[in-house]
Amino acid sequence: MSEKEVQELERVTICFAGDSGDGMQLTGSQFTNTTAGIGNDLNTLPDYPAEIRAPIGTTFGVSGFQIQFSSTDVHTPGDSPDVLIAMNPAALKVNLPNLKHNGIIIINTDSFQSRNLSLAGLESNPLEDGSLEAYQVFPVNVTELTREALKDMDLTVKIKDRCKNFFALGMTYWMFSRPMETTEHWLKEKFKNKDDLIKANTLALKAGFSYALSTEIFTTAYKVPKAAKKAGQYRNITGNQGIAFGLITAAKKAGRELFLGSYPITPASDILHELSKHRNFDVKTFQAEDEIAGVGAALGAVYAGSLGVTTTSGPGIALKSEFMGLAVMTELPLVIINIQRGGPSTGLPTKTEQSDLLQAFYGRNGESPIPIIAAAGPADCFNAAFEAARIALEFTTPVILLSDGYIANGTEPWLIPDVDKISEIHIKQPPTDEKYLPYKRDPERLSRLHALPGTPGLEHRIGGLEKEDITGNISYDPDNHDKMVRIRAEKIGRVNRFVDDPELVGKDHGDLLILSWGSTYGPILAAVEEVQKQGREVSWCHLRWLNPLPINLSRFIHNFKTVLIPEINLGQLLKIIRAEYLVDATGFNRVRGLPLRTSELLAEIDLILKGLE
Amino acid sequence: MEKTTKLTKEDFTSDQETRWCPGCGDYSILAQMKKVLPNLGISRENIVFVSGIGCSSRFPYYLETYGIHGIHGRAPVIASGIKLSRPDLKVFVITGDGDGLSIGGNHLIHLFRRNIDITIILFNNQIYGLTKGQYSPTSEKGKITKSSPYGSLENPFNPVQMALASGATFVARSIDRDPKHLAATLDRAARHKGTAFVEVYQNCNIFNDGAFIALTDAKQKKSHLLKMEHDKPFIFGENNENMLTWTGQKFSVISSDASENGHEILKHNENGSGPAMEFMLASLSHVDHLPTPIGIFRSIEIDTYDEMLTKQIEHAKKEKGDGDLKKLFTGGYTWMNN
Repeated sequence: MSEKEVQELERVTICFAGDSGDGMQLTGSQFTNTTAGIGNDLNTLPDYPAEIRAPIGTTFGVSGFQIQFSSTDVHTPGDSPDVLIAMNPAALKVNLPNLKHNGIIIINTDSFQSRNLSLAGLESNPLEDGSLEAYQVFPVNVTELTREALKDMDLTVKIKDRCKNFFALGMTYWMFSRPMETTEHWLKEKFKNKDDLIKANTLALKAGFSYALSTEIFTTAYKVPKAAKKAGQYRNITGNQGIAFGLITAAKKAGRELFLGSYPITPASDILHELSKHRNFDVKTFQAEDEIAGVGAALGAVYAGSLGVTTTSGPGIALKSEFMGLAVMTELPLVIINIQRGGPSTGLPTKTEQSDLLQAFYGRNGESPIPIIAAAGPADCFNAAFEAARIALEFTTPVILLSDGYIANGTEPWLIPDVDKISEIHIKQPPTDEKYLPYKRDPERLSRLHALPGTPGLEHRIGGLEKEDITGNISYDPDNHDKMVRIRAEKIGRVNRFVDDPELVGKDHGDLLILSWGSTYGPILAAVEEVQKQGREVSWCHLRWLNPLPINLSRFIHNFKTVLIPEINLGQLLKIIRAEYLVDATGFNRVRGLPLRTSELLAEIDLILKGLE
Repeated sequence: MEKTTKLTKEDFTSDQETRWCPGCGDYSILAQMKKVLPNLGISRENIVFVSGIGCSSRFPYYLETYGIHGIHGRAPVIASGIKLSRPDLKVFVITGDGDGLSIGGNHLIHLFRRNIDITIILFNNQIYGLTKGQYSPTSEKGKITKSSPYGSLENPFNPVQMALASGATFVARSIDRDPKHLAATLDRAARHKGTAFVEVYQNCNIFNDGAFIALTDAKQKKSHLLKMEHDKPFIFGENNENMLTWTGQKFSVISSDASENGHEILKHNENGSGPAMEFMLASLSHVDHLPTPIGIFRSIEIDTYDEMLTKQIEHAKKEKGDGDLKKLFTGGYTWMNN
C-alpha cells in the first residue's frame, strides 16, 4: 500500500443520494455530527420525496442529503456539490446536473443493472456510455463489498444490505480524514441491546474506511482544517429544534406554562414531536383534530394563562386565519408558526418557499394587523422563537413567526447560550384593587392587561365582537370602531420601538442595496462576502421583523441607485417595500422549491453593478 | 375549586343588558343556569363560559364569571385549551344546533371521545336564528325556510345519538319549558367529571315557533314526553297509564299495569345500560308515535384527559427531574470550540 497524498481544502460540499429506503438521511446526519465534532463550520440540506416509500429505484424516490463544510464560515449547504455519493442510477441521474464540473462521483456499481437503469429512465449505462467523462468517477461495488465484510455474521442478506450506507460513510470518512468514533458511539446508543446490528454496521463502516485507504482507486485524501468559530460549546441544531428550544426557554423566562396546539403537517411536525418529549418542562402538547382546533386550543390556553403556540405550514395557516382574527380582536398573546413550503394548495410539501409572506400580512378579514418575524437560519430559529414569544406577551398580540422547509430541516452549529444571561420576559398583571377595564392600555406599548381566570373580582367577558375602547363592552358605535381599528394598527406599529433594528452591512448609500428576509440569509451573505472580496461595494440589510418594518430602513433605503430584493417567491416583500417606501426596487426571484443559489445571485449582482458603471 | 360562602343568582348576573328576542327560550336556560351555579360551590372567578356564534352564544356575556365569545363552531376547542391549561377551572361550553352540529360538528365529536372535563349545553331550536331563519342540521326533512322554499332535502342529526356514539360519558336532554327538569339536568351535568353533554330543546318564537309544542303544551305533553328516571320504569301518558317495554327487537307501549299481567318491567339504568339500549332510547320520538325521552341517557365515569395529562407531567418530572434548560441544550452531541 503506497503512501497517499493528503490535500488541504478550504471548503467541500458533499451530496449523499440514494433510494428513499437507502438510509441517506442517516448517513448525512452522521457525517454532519462527525464534521461538527472536528470543528468545521457547516450547513446541511436534506432533500427527500413527499412519498414515505416511493417506488424503489425511480427518480422521484431519490432521497438526498447535502452538506457544505469548511475551515471558514459556511452560510449555505452549497450550490453545487464537489462530491456525489450515488447509491443507484436514479440518484445519479437526479443529482448529476448539479454536480461541479470535474467533481467526484462515488458510484455503487452493484445497483447499475438493467432493471435499475430502466427504472431511472436511463437508456444506457452511464458507467459505460461516456456520459460521466467530465467527472472523476470512483466505481465501487458497495453492496458486494458490504456482504463480504459481513460474511461471518449470521444475518439475512436483506439486513446485511441495509448496512451498505455505512460502508459508503466509511469511505467518505477516509476521503475527508474524519474519525469514526462519533458514529461508532452513536451506533452503540441507537442499537442498545441489539449487539448484532451494532457489530454489523460498525464492521461495514470500518470496511468502507479500509477499502478506501487500501484500494488503488482512491489516490488522494482531503483535509478541511477546523474553522475559527467563536469560542464556546456548540451543538448541531435543526431549525425546528431551535424553535422548540426557543419556545421552552421563553415560557420559562416568562413564568408561564408552554401549550402547543397543533395538527401534523410537513414540514412543521418536528416541532410537535420535539415539544412532546418535554413534559417535565410543564410543556403541554395537544395533537388536535384539525388545524383550526390546534390554534383554537392554543388560544384557549393563552386566555387561561399559558404561553400558547400553534405550529403549521401554509395550508394550515389558511385554516387558522379566522382564529388569528379572534386573537387580534381579543388582543391575546398567541404565537403562530408557519414553516413555509411550496404552494399553492398542497404544492411541494417537502420543499422550501417564501411565498406565505403576503398571507401573513393580509390573509385575514378586516383590518387585522399581526407582527411578523422571520428566522434567518437553523440556529437563528431559537432566537426568533424567543423573540416572537416575548413580543406576543409584552404587547398582548398574536405574532407570526415565519420559517421554511429549508431551515426547518437544515442544520448548522448552534453556540449554546448561557441560560442565565437570557433576559426574563415581564408580563404586566392588572391591579386587583380597582375596577377591571379589559381594554385599558399600557401607554407605551398600547397593550392591554389580561386578567387571568381564577383572579377574584376581575371576572369579565371578551370575544370577537368589536369592543368599546377601555371598557371592553360590545360596541357597534361607528366612531368607536374607527378608533379601535386605528389603535390596533398603532399598537403593532410600535413594536419596532422595542426590537433591535437590523444591521446594515456596508455604507448607507451607494449603487446597490440588497434587502432580504428569512432563509435567504445564508446564500445572500455568501454572495455579499464574495462581492466584497472582489473589492466592489454593495450594501445589505436582512430584515428580521417584517411587520412592522424597522425604523432605520427609511433612513437609507432611498440612498441607493438600485434596491434588489432576492426572494423565493415572485416578489412579495418587493410589493410591500415598493408600497411602503415608494422606491423602485427590483426582485430576484427563483421559485424552485430550493434555497437560492449564491452563484446565480452573484451573477445578478454582477449584472446590476456593470449596468450602473 | 374551593368552597365559598353561598352565592346567589344575583351574584352571577353581569351588568350587561340581555339582548335575546322577547319570549326566547334562551331566557329560561339562563335563569336555570343562574340557579344552578350557586349550588356548585365554585367561586365565580374559577368558572369560565365559552361560546361560539349564534343566538345561544351570547350567553357568557350575561353571567358574572370569566367568559369568552369565540368564533363559529369552535367553542369546544377554546374550552379544551382552557381546561388543559388550567385543570383547576370549571369550564362550560354554550352552543347551538348550527354552531355545535354544523360548522363545529367535528370539534364536538372529538371533545366527546377525549373526555376532557367540560360541560356542554347545546341549545337545539332546529333553526338558524341569528342569520334569520335557514334550516339547521336538526331541522326536519322537508322544512320550508328562506333557504329551502321547496323543502329541505336533508335528514336531521340526532344530537344525543351523536354524543353517545362518540363516547361522551354524560349525555342528557332537557327542555326550556320545564324549568325544574332543566335545572336538575344542568346541575347533574355540571357536577359530572368528564365531558358532559346536555341537549336542550329550545323554542325560537321568531323563526321556528312551536317546534316542540307537542312536548310543552299542557294538553299534549303528557302523552308525548317521557321523563326517564334512574332505576324507574319508563312511564308516560295522560294519567301515567302507558309504559315502554322491550320486545327484543323494538320498543312497544303497554299498560303501566302490565306488570300485573306478567310482563317484565323494564327499568332505566343511566349508569351504563349499554350502547344498544342507550341508542334505542335516543331514537325514540313523538314524531314516530312513541314518546320523546328527556333526562339522562348515560352517566359513567372514566379517566379524564386533563387528569391523565397532569399525571404524565408528574411522571415525567419524577423520571427526568424538573425541566432544566442547561441540560436540555447540552443533551445531544456537543463540542467545544476554544
